[in-house]
Amino acid sequence: MSQIDLATTSLRELNETLQAQKGGDNQTAWEILNPRGSHALAVGLDAPIEVTVKGHTGYYCAGMNQQATVHVEGSVGPGVAENMMSGAVIVEGDASQYAGATGHGGLLVIKGNASSRCGISMKGIDIVVQGNIGHMSAFMAQAGNLVVCGDAGDALGDSLYEARLFVRGSVKSLGADCIEKEMRAEHLELLADLLDRAGVDAKPEEFRRYGSARKLYNFDIDNAY
Amino acid sequence: MCGIVGLFLKDKALEPQLGAMLTEMLITMTDRGPDSAGIAIYGAAGNRAKLTVQSDNPDQDFATLAKELEEALGAPVTLRANDTHAVLELPADQVEAARTAIADRPGRIRVMSDGDVIEIYKEVGLPRNVASRFNLPSMSGTHGIGHTRMATESAVTTEGAHPFSTGPDQCLVHNGSLSNHNSLRRKLRREGVRIESENDTEVGAAYLTWKMQNGATLGEALEASLTDLDGFFTFVVGTKEGFGVVRDPIACKPAVMAETDQYVAFGSEYRALVNLPGIDAARVWEPEPATVYFWSH
Repeated sequence: MSQIDLATTSLRELNETLQAQKGGDNQTAWEILNPRGSHALAVGLDAPIEVTVKGHTGYYCAGMNQQATVHVEGSVGPGVAENMMSGAVIVEGDASQYAGATGHGGLLVIKGNASSRCGISMKGIDIVVQGNIGHMSAFMAQAGNLVVCGDAGDALGDSLYEARLFVRGSVKSLGADCIEKEMRAEHLELLADLLDRAGVDAKPEEFRRYGSARKLYNFDIDNAY
Repeated sequence: MCGIVGLFLKDKALEPQLGAMLTEMLITMTDRGPDSAGIAIYGAAGNRAKLTVQSDNPDQDFATLAKELEEALGAPVTLRANDTHAVLELPADQVEAARTAIADRPGRIRVMSDGDVIEIYKEVGLPRNVASRFNLPSMSGTHGIGHTRMATESAVTTEGAHPFSTGPDQCLVHNGSLSNHNSLRRKLRREGVRIESENDTEVGAAYLTWKMQNGATLGEALEASLTDLDGFFTFVVGTKEGFGVVRDPIACKPAVMAETDQYVAFGSEYRALVNLPGIDAARVWEPEPATVYFWSH
């Protein structure tokens, strides 16, 4: 295990060191000390390494991640795992707004709550939130899965494309063109796999599925004011 | 952008360190707002009112101000100068007369705040420099609010810096921008509310003061702001007793809070809170959109 202490190492040096990892050697586990809310921690990683952040972080933690597993032992600021391509990001605490925004792939697990705009414009990422999510989550979500074990705020899935949304608790309101859909066997199977990979103890049968009504796909003159 | 910090002390033992803790928080928020900075500090109450004033020519304006006011008011007035600002102490029933006398005299002295305990210090410049010219770290108090500004809605001037005070012991700092401030300013001025600048935040502050003058509690005034103010805002409001927080329903503007047995702290980012005592064990959370929070002594 290699340790990098941000009390004595600059953020740029830390990110350069982690970004230089190619994998394939023995140095795969990294621990970051004293993050103290720093922005852009462990961003742009592209190797199968494991990074543990010991504390709370600021904006854009683990952004653009590929292959790496980033574990935050604290809460994260806005835009965690933004535009993630692959790998995993696990947050022990809460996440601020637009967690997992525009993510193309990989798994984002938030063990606390996520605030507004969680999974906005997601493009294939899987997001599992053990707590609640805020308003406008999965806005314009295009692909991937958003699993919420708690409640969802206002306007869930507004202007949704093909992402699948699973919510165990209540949904304050659905956004435009987002509807509840039938939970079929293949969805239960998909959900079981996601919950398992996220390490969440919950029964897929307790969730409801939401998705796009596909009414906004084509221009409809009757929608004009 | 803009950065906000706030500290409400529960533990009296920390009161002598309030200025030092707030200054450190303020400087950390420099990259959210490098053009101006300000702080409202709530200190000990005496038996007289405090009027904080500012001048671009402090040596000239402050030299005779106390004497001039004593003559105009027929009451004892003391003046404690601090760089471009000065705190006047005078009988509580003479505050309005003092404001009139200050407005009528030659020179340009601006009134930053009045009340029993509030003092406001704000200037253009890097937060570190603003803090040092007023010696903010040496100040003590029960609670305080600070702001680092990146201007959007009005010019980078002393008047445009936060906090804004539009009522006794009240102040407001703001991250965001209000879009209906011009129409609301006209409406409030018709109602006789004093608004000094072209700044959007001052209109927000004046709106809350006006609501409270008409019988609303601070909580009710903040609730009403969610309907009547259009735009983006995270507000932190100070009163004699404590401070409140409210965010607009969209809640784009960031906010982090921390609470321990010793204090309640607010920061635009968690970074602002990292040097507070016991922060590692504090309850840290993001205030909900369109929800009013308030702590009072």
